[in-house]
Amino acid sequence: MNEHAPRPAPRLVLRGITKRYPTVLANDGIDLHVDGGEIHAVIGENGAGKSTLMKIIYGVTRPDAGSIEWEGRPTVIDNPAAARRLGIGMVFQHFALFETLSVAENIALALDERMTPAALAPRIRAVAERYGLPVDPGRLVHSMSVGERQRVEIVRCLLQSPKLLIMDQPTSVLTPQAVQQLFTTLRRLAAEGMSILYISHKLEEIRTLCDSATVLRAGKVSGTARPREESAASLARLMVGDDLHDAPLTAREPGEVRLELKGFSMASRDPFGTALREINFAVRGGEIVGIAGVSGNGQKELLAALSGETIGAHDGAISLCGVHVDDMGAAARRALGLGFVPEERLGRGAVPAMTLADNALLTGSRAGMVQHGLIRHRAARLFARATITEFKVKGAGELSVAERLSGGNLQKFIVGREIRLAPRVLLAAQPTWGVDVGAALLIHQALIGLRDAGAAVLVISEELDELFAICDRIAVLTAGRLSAVQPRAGLNVEAVGLKMAGAAPNAAAKPSPAEALRA
Amino acid sequence: MLEFPWRLEKRAAASGWMRVAAPLIAAAAMLATGFMIFALLGKQPWNALDVFFVQPLNSLYGWGELLLKATPLALCALGLALGFSANVWNIGAEGQLILGAICGGGVALFGSTALGPWALPVILLAGIVGGAAWAAIPAVLRTRFNTSEILVSLMLVYIAQLLLGFLLHGAWRDPEGFNFPQSKAFDERLILPVLIEGQRATIAFLFMLGLAALSWLFSSHLFAGYRMRVSGQAPAAAAYAGFGESRNIWVALLIGGGAAGLAGVCEVVGPIGRLQADISPGYGFAAIIVAFVGRLHPLGIVLAALLMSLLYLGGESVQLGLQLPAAVTGLFQGLLLFYLLAADLFVGFRLRRRAPRSQPHA
Amino acid sequence: MNADLSIAIVTGTVVAATPLIYASLGELVAERAGVLNLGVEGMMLVGALAAFAVGVGTGSLIAGFAAAVCASMLLALLFAFLTLSLQTNQVATGLALTLFGLGLSAFAGRRFAGLPIEGLHSLPIPWLKDLPLLGPLLFRFDAAVYGSILLYFVVDRVLTRTHAGLQLRAVGESPSIAHALGQPVLRTRYLAVLFGGAMSGIAGAYLSTALTPMWVQGMSAGRGWIALALVVFATWKPLRVLLGAYLFGGVTILQLHAQGLGLRVPSEILSMLPYAATILVLVIICRDPKTILLNQPASLGKTFYPDA
Repeated sequence: MNEHAPRPAPRLVLRGITKRYPTVLANDGIDLHVDGGEIHAVIGENGAGKSTLMKIIYGVTRPDAGSIEWEGRPTVIDNPAAARRLGIGMVFQHFALFETLSVAENIALALDERMTPAALAPRIRAVAERYGLPVDPGRLVHSMSVGERQRVEIVRCLLQSPKLLIMDQPTSVLTPQAVQQLFTTLRRLAAEGMSILYISHKLEEIRTLCDSATVLRAGKVSGTARPREESAASLARLMVGDDLHDAPLTAREPGEVRLELKGFSMASRDPFGTALREINFAVRGGEIVGIAGVSGNGQKELLAALSGETIGAHDGAISLCGVHVDDMGAAARRALGLGFVPEERLGRGAVPAMTLADNALLTGSRAGMVQHGLIRHRAARLFARATITEFKVKGAGELSVAERLSGGNLQKFIVGREIRLAPRVLLAAQPTWGVDVGAALLIHQALIGLRDAGAAVLVISEELDELFAICDRIAVLTAGRLSAVQPRAGLNVEAVGLKMAGAAPNAAAKPSPAEALRA
Repeated sequence: MLEFPWRLEKRAAASGWMRVAAPLIAAAAMLATGFMIFALLGKQPWNALDVFFVQPLNSLYGWGELLLKATPLALCALGLALGFSANVWNIGAEGQLILGAICGGGVALFGSTALGPWALPVILLAGIVGGAAWAAIPAVLRTRFNTSEILVSLMLVYIAQLLLGFLLHGAWRDPEGFNFPQSKAFDERLILPVLIEGQRATIAFLFMLGLAALSWLFSSHLFAGYRMRVSGQAPAAAAYAGFGESRNIWVALLIGGGAAGLAGVCEVVGPIGRLQADISPGYGFAAIIVAFVGRLHPLGIVLAALLMSLLYLGGESVQLGLQLPAAVTGLFQGLLLFYLLAADLFVGFRLRRRAPRSQPHA
Repeated sequence: MNADLSIAIVTGTVVAATPLIYASLGELVAERAGVLNLGVEGMMLVGALAAFAVGVGTGSLIAGFAAAVCASMLLALLFAFLTLSLQTNQVATGLALTLFGLGLSAFAGRRFAGLPIEGLHSLPIPWLKDLPLLGPLLFRFDAAVYGSILLYFVVDRVLTRTHAGLQLRAVGESPSIAHALGQPVLRTRYLAVLFGGAMSGIAGAYLSTALTPMWVQGMSAGRGWIALALVVFATWKPLRVLLGAYLFGGVTILQLHAQGLGLRVPSEILSMLPYAATILVLVIICRDPKTILLNQPASLGKTFYPDA
């Protein structure tokens, strides 16, 4: 190599990037360095500031302080169109696709040059062909699976010949097999000189794929690393700070059946949703059952059917503590001892503009807070205060308004409220989503505590790590069907991952092209 | 480019101070605009404001008129506010008011002799039931058929007006009324007594105050009120908690309709004294504005109703004194609501200067 | 029922349907972009008054229509500013717009009541107008009627075949995604609302210069609300708006020709028909929640916060 040739300027350099929102300091003096052809990971737990940083790079938001250099020159990125002009492409975690429009129409809207969907179709097919990402330009997005939608997103970016591709938590919705396919594509792109920013908190994947990594913790850079030279444990320490472990589960003899579904089938109310088919399982007192599966396979529908928010028009039976509850609404099921921690905190688990005391009333009306139809305000306040103390909800009193709390603290309050109402059956959906590690640990311990006290707990989650940490038995939900529920001891991540893709546990690791298309 | 030069930053929590200040700011803005309108119309603006806002209250009779008009406004608004805070948009209070008048008036015309001393209470009850029944139509169509109560309740206003016209041109017309579309005058003993001699406000004003107190109790202390507030603020949370959406919708519409019906019957067995083609200068619609300006809170509504009543009186006053059309009232009402909506913005958001576009950072 | 009566009924239906077509198609465009504008009734009245006042004053109905479009678009601009730039609640603001339009038109129109105006002339199409039966039935309408048909074609094509239409539909489904993709969400919605306002203005102008050439306070009598209901009835599709408008036109005409048709029903009851029919069609469409889920623009009525 010629000594006098100037070193190519790094593709992207961020210095001192800071961004503040009303409730949180999302980014605090962040530095980042990415070269051409490099696959650079940005690692951090949920809430560490990764998404905000990516929004800044892609021009969706502007930083309050700090500077950006693109290919050696200082730049300001005003908006996504400006980012694209520079050569930055982004594949969003939650796909930016319009359900009622076709693939070609979606891409036509996302491109900066004006092209009709009809003219675009051949170009889409060409790129799809070249990178092994099968995509049909004429299909309406709502009829496509999650894996297919991601391919559309990637093709959309590639059509604009980007120099830097940002992938925001791309594998949170993919089966392990689809993940391998994605990695092949990314490696090929990097070999051609493209820089890739890979946002994730999945340490094993990062160690497989990425050349370098920047680790974020609570809005700051806690370190940089070369993932292949690190162990998952050392990366985790950078991410989390201490060696924190979930408490091990002590074996327990499960009690009587508290929640049971027999032959349960139900069409989805939402024309874009998933129908549930022939679901059979039972949860006993004193055990935690986990249901794994990528979002969009019927979890929403199953939870609404269990909680009583969706009633009627189904085959099969649901029983709660031995009582058939098929026609009972949510309030009646709560009276029978059902508790529920929903996936959405603000707007469903809590009313944003109301105080925590008023939010205690939401599901706690039976715990002495309402008498003869009259609200006993003092009882509600005391309950809220006790929940805050016991579950270490920080930065808030019982008269604080729910929307003022951070995600993790509000989740602790909601979990605390449901658990303190002593349910006989608890449903928990994504219980630690978007929650910092300390809060996640506390929530896991609380769930295990409830199980030890004899309640039946059902956890539905996308995070296999979480399920393996706290569940006694695990099943997988795929396209509305539930696999058999098996004891955790006999399972491993690989087997569960294959189930999520619909293949039998002993299938070959490499999927056939037909299966790849379906994934 | 089309965004405001400042940007709106969501406040961490709604500003309580602004909630109270917004209606006051809106009223002040309305006054300022009124000042300019009067000037543009060639009238001396301070004099016009005086004729509009001050002179109507110069006498006991004037204050009576204020309370008289505030009563139906507040009655309707109290019922509507309950619905709005539960996300139930009852726009048809005007129609429910008319049905209340028809039902109460019907009893007054045809059943009063048989009922003896019970006549007046039964008349009032008939009014409430009539209004509630008219509101039951959008309730059943929303709960059983998912149909928007906005359009249904509105269509029913036009139907109610036509129904009144039909009755007054036909079977209920006063045979000695020179063919005017009006009924016989009601018997004197069927008329609501006035509060004090020398003015026209009746005991209906006391009914209204009573409803305001009950409404406050309902919202803050009854679990049913809590359920409705949750329904309005976070429908998914209400579903999660098992608060039946149907039940909330029925309660909101029946109370709204019943209150409007009471307003209607109190007008016809009060100052009007008979059934006639125009029994309401749009009280049911003005009540919508009263509900918003009153922040959907009983105390605020009573005060806002008094303000709105003054706007009606002002319109009549400038018509007599300055030869301006009474329709200027409608103009002021619309302005007040617009300003309130704009001022309301600052409850949830605050202004921050937008970061200037190209600013290289060191 | 003789031939003359049938012709009168058909032509009467078309004429009665025309203002509904303009107002509904205009509102359809706004709603496809995700904005619910309940102020149609108010904008129609202001348009009606503007057209009448300028028409009487200048003697030119073209000037009148132009004035109507300007007046309604001003109101629409106010609505757009409040709901899009200041992010106020669309339902409340739309109601405010209607109440304001009612008040403003009543206030400003007081001296025009009872004044005469020369109505819109018919514009028979040469040669076609003399066809037997079809001639008097279809080809002797005024320019605005033909314009309404043209409007349908324009709206339909623009929505489905142009980039602007694609952008509009995307914004209507999800303004946040559109914004993230760099689409001009606010500009698209502003234009859609202004277009809706202009169409409401034309509808109002037609009322006061063609349908019943005069000015009366509140003369739209709820047609603005019916236009809103029509958009729902049409499941947000332009062709169905056309069909629905003709249906309603027919119902409205029934009252005028009741005697000729031998219907012995009191006139007030017949007048109730359009309103009752509106309720009925709404129920028919809304009963199955899937219809709404599949067809209603997903972001309709929800405020968009670009800085969130």
